[in-house]
Amino acid sequence: MTAAAIVTLTGLAKRFGSVTAVERVDLEIRRGELFALLGGSGCGKTTLLRMIAGFETPDQGRILIDGQDMTGVPPHRRPVNMMFQSYALFPHMDVAANVGYGLRRDGLPAPEIARRVGEALKQVRLGDLGERRPAQLSGGQRQRVALARALVKRPKLLLLDEPLAALDRKLREATRFELVRLQEELGLTFVMVTHDQEEAMSMASRLAVMDKGRIEQVGPPHEVYERPASRFVADFIGIANILPLDGGRAWLALRPEKIALFAARPDTDHAEQGRIVDIAYEGDRSLYRVGLLDGSLLQVSTANTARIAAAFRRGDDVWLGWAADAGHRLDK
Amino acid sequence: MAARARFAFTVLAFGYAFLYLPIALVIVYSFNDSRLVTVWAGFSTKWWSALFANEAMLSAAWLSLRIAFVSATAAALIGLAAGYALARAPRFPGRTLFGSLVIAPMVMPEIVMGIAMLLLFVGSDSLLGGPQRGFLTIVIAHTTFAIAFVAVVVQARLADFDRSLEEAAMDLGATPWTAFLTVTLPMIAPAVASGWLLAFTLSLDDLVLTQFVAGAQSQTLPMQVYSSVRLGVDPQINALATLIVIVAVLALTTSGWLTRRRI
Ligand SMILES: Nc1ncnc2c1ncn2[C@@H]1O[C@H](COP(=O)(O)OP(=O)(O)OP(=O)(O)O)[C@@H](O)[C@H]1O
Ligand SMILES: [Mg+2]
Repeated sequence: MTAAAIVTLTGLAKRFGSVTAVERVDLEIRRGELFALLGGSGCGKTTLLRMIAGFETPDQGRILIDGQDMTGVPPHRRPVNMMFQSYALFPHMDVAANVGYGLRRDGLPAPEIARRVGEALKQVRLGDLGERRPAQLSGGQRQRVALARALVKRPKLLLLDEPLAALDRKLREATRFELVRLQEELGLTFVMVTHDQEEAMSMASRLAVMDKGRIEQVGPPHEVYERPASRFVADFIGIANILPLDGGRAWLALRPEKIALFAARPDTDHAEQGRIVDIAYEGDRSLYRVGLLDGSLLQVSTANTARIAAAFRRGDDVWLGWAADAGHRLDK
Repeated sequence: MAARARFAFTVLAFGYAFLYLPIALVIVYSFNDSRLVTVWAGFSTKWWSALFANEAMLSAAWLSLRIAFVSATAAALIGLAAGYALARAPRFPGRTLFGSLVIAPMVMPEIVMGIAMLLLFVGSDSLLGGPQRGFLTIVIAHTTFAIAFVAVVVQARLADFDRSLEEAAMDLGATPWTAFLTVTLPMIAPAVASGWLLAFTLSLDDLVLTQFVAGAQSQTLPMQVYSSVRLGVDPQINALATLIVIVAVLALTTSGWLTRRRI
């Protein structure tokens, strides 16, 4: 255990009947970081989070929070707060009562509670909505109430289960920065579950990619993107061309933006000839699918830096070129 | 189209007349001046005055109200616990059986319940020397019977209750008991109140079960009405029936309103 670890999971496992939700997870989360758990639906992200919060009992393994073994400690005695995927706001209480609920449980005096609730509501920019009921709020406002309610107790660790999933795209992107700002300003540790890789990449200081209950890779976003540990990770994060190496015993992960398109044979380290099968125009960039002479398909993306029409059309014969260090070798 | 609407309307009118004409007649004839139930002799409130001067009837009504209040309250508490356990207990073998056992009294013939209760009290009387048949035994019998109704209402309400609300409360530092008191209970309170009203109404007009477990001294309102009707009907009974209809309608509409209300 490093001194900076706030959460240490060792050999954590959880089964539901015949389903293995989480399988032998070892993980360290550092103090003050925004850590993202990323993975497809049903890979065990929520289960992992619920074990840290104390709502599920691990079948095996241990959870240390701030150096203390959490085995047998019920949720209400853990120094952790959680923001639920459904927000779980109490419908029979107004916003201020919702936010103050945790403080009342701690038995703080009423003026202190009122002051801290007001402060928390200001932090999430909901200053004047304290008297509304959750049913009278928009989705984005509810999300911020849930956040304020979890933040107001100043937990050592805040767990967020898909905090942005219920928001529309524009609001989601704005809220990303808001969350990061709060996390940095308050100096808290966030563990955030998401299935949106873009969200994880843009917000997290480190992330873990999960698949079928296991953690496939942990690292900072650029490392996971540029040096994926497995074909699953390469494929899950962004787009990857996966080319067999050494007669199929290893693979090369090659990102579409690391390949360039040429009309004639380039003098790059590698060059292949092919024909454009189709083009997806995405505004800021275009994604080409190019069929090679051996029948395989490669994806190539180019940034649309000029407003002129694309230089290549469907059916054009082109050359693809990339540098020797453009790809990353995968052994699994 | 018009013919069909007329036909539907006629059928509906007949249906409602079949259901409610007798009750309407009971109410109307409580204001009849004549002693004869079948002859209208002008408007009068004398039977109402007679009813409010009828000591036996009034003390029976007072007993019934007390029994209904106590048994409905007991049934609400026990039914709340049973409904909560049924909705929240993790799956275990035989759980369906347990669920059915709780609601069985709803469909069990009252005669059977009555005999069972009577045997229970006779047995406990000879073994333990009590309880004396009367108020307490009637309350116990009515409670047993009404628990099922409360449990069913509570369980239904909890079935569509978002469990993460309770988890959020505990996450914020509430013990399971505090979470129940501050989050779960306020939200299912309308269902519990509605179960209480149902239990109250059931107790108030129960005759069959009560006959088995009441002692010689305890005359509940339905028992008093039943025995006085056997001696000949007197429009006082109409006045009383009118009162009971009003109480029942109030209780059932409140209960329905509470159940539908979502918070
Ligand atoms: N209480 C439970 N009972 C039985 N199976 C469960 C339970 N909770 C989770 N599971 C199963 O465990 C697996 C992991 O579920 P989990 O909710 O952790 O996934 P997730 O990664 O959060 O997925 P999503 O992105 O869809 O929320 C799934 O196969 C799920 O069906
Ligand atoms: Mg989930």
